[in-house]
Amino acid sequence: MYGKGLKPLSIATVVAIAAAFSLVFFYAPLDADQGFIQKIFYLHVPLAIVALIGFVIGGVFAIFHLRSNDRRWDAWSYVSIHMSVIFGVAVLITGSIWAKASWGHWWIWDEPTLVSFLIVFLMYATYYPFRYAIEDPGQQARYASVFAIVAGAFVPLNFMAVRLAQGLEHPRVFASANGGLPDSMLFTFLVCLAAVALLWLTLVKLELTAKSTSGQLKRLRRALDAPPSGSGRPRIAPEVS
Amino acid sequence: MTAPRLTPSRQAFATILAKDLRSELRTLQSLPAMALFAVTTFVIFRFGLDRTQLSGSLAAGVLWATLLFAALLGVNRLFVAEREEGGFDAIRLAPIDRSVLFAAKATALLAYLAVLELVVVPIFALFFLGSAAALGPLVAVLLLADLGIAATGTLISSMAVHSRARDLLGPLVLLPLIVPLMIAATGASEPLLAAGGPGYHRFGTWLAVLSLYDLIFLLLGYAVFDFLLED
Repeated sequence: MYGKGLKPLSIATVVAIAAAFSLVFFYAPLDADQGFIQKIFYLHVPLAIVALIGFVIGGVFAIFHLRSNDRRWDAWSYVSIHMSVIFGVAVLITGSIWAKASWGHWWIWDEPTLVSFLIVFLMYATYYPFRYAIEDPGQQARYASVFAIVAGAFVPLNFMAVRLAQGLEHPRVFASANGGLPDSMLFTFLVCLAAVALLWLTLVKLELTAKSTSGQLKRLRRALDAPPSGSGRPRIAPEVS
Repeated sequence: MTAPRLTPSRQAFATILAKDLRSELRTLQSLPAMALFAVTTFVIFRFGLDRTQLSGSLAAGVLWATLLFAALLGVNRLFVAEREEGGFDAIRLAPIDRSVLFAAKATALLAYLAVLELVVVPIFALFFLGSAAALGPLVAVLLLADLGIAATGTLISSMAVHSRARDLLGPLVLLPLIVPLMIAATGASEPLLAAGGPGYHRFGTWLAVLSLYDLIFLLLGYAVFDFLLED
């Protein structure tokens, strides 16, 4: 049932990503200060925005789970956070490349957005050992939801605290130069943002579909009294019905 | 048959808090260890940094890192008795609002931290600071930071205690969660501990950040704590 709509969504994602990359390379003008390397911005910033929103969405799903006690929301919450953590790795890598190119260092501690993102990423990296350590499935789902809610509230708070602590500003590409971003760049950026958001959504749905299919398979096997495959291994991920 | 009656929350709160403080006073499981740990850590910093006098950001960093890690010891032990002696079952059976447990435990942790700092911060001043002039305004920072540690610590500890490897999980999850609090606490303390006497650069801003952090996590803890006690 999670597979419903997955095919059109995937096609839309492929089209959007193809369009986004063509715009990035053939339409958007070269940045006057930074040159070609600035184009990583079209990947880095949307990834970061989508990852952060994905974390907060994971918290919202967790609220639904606690309110309704419906385990499917826990699966949504888990997969949202899981995808955002993966996107987060990409954000840190692309960010480091950009930092190396424009500031000459792989990592800059004075850079609030970089540091905030790292802290948020570390916070969510503990989501996995946290889930793993709680054995009872119902309790695991409940505690993971509480974690997701607390961490979701932590995201904006952390950004505020780190920003206050430091001086040097992130390259605000929108606000740089007088007059801000040229329309062609803004348009390209928005298409990229939409493409990355679609990618996130597709991957989340795909993951949920895979989980629900393997859950169904397991139940069928059990019904046939066959030994389940890959058993004996404790599972972190919630099972989806 | 009369309708089931809840014990008034204030009474339940006072009872649980008194139970906790009494058992800590009788067994002395957490506090002496926390204080001893903090003082030893100061000694380690003295040699690790090879400094006999600290000021500014270095002083703030040593003070807050030490207090945080000492606090973790208390956080880890906060719910151990409930878990091992069946206290959670008793709370579930008792006709009380469950959020009271959160309030009482956070208050107990706040009390531990206050006592810890009452002992350890003067020792820190004695070891590393030239004068005690900063200690007055530092109390405000300590109080607000303690409130935040108490809120997040109670919340995380109550979950970690139900897991395998609970001693590991509590600090693991709590440390990143406390980073914003540490940023604000060290930001406020740094000018206070500056070499030329206490300064108040952005003192108000940092206290506001600390208060916001406290408010958010106290409310969150209060809101979600019910779900942690379900069985």
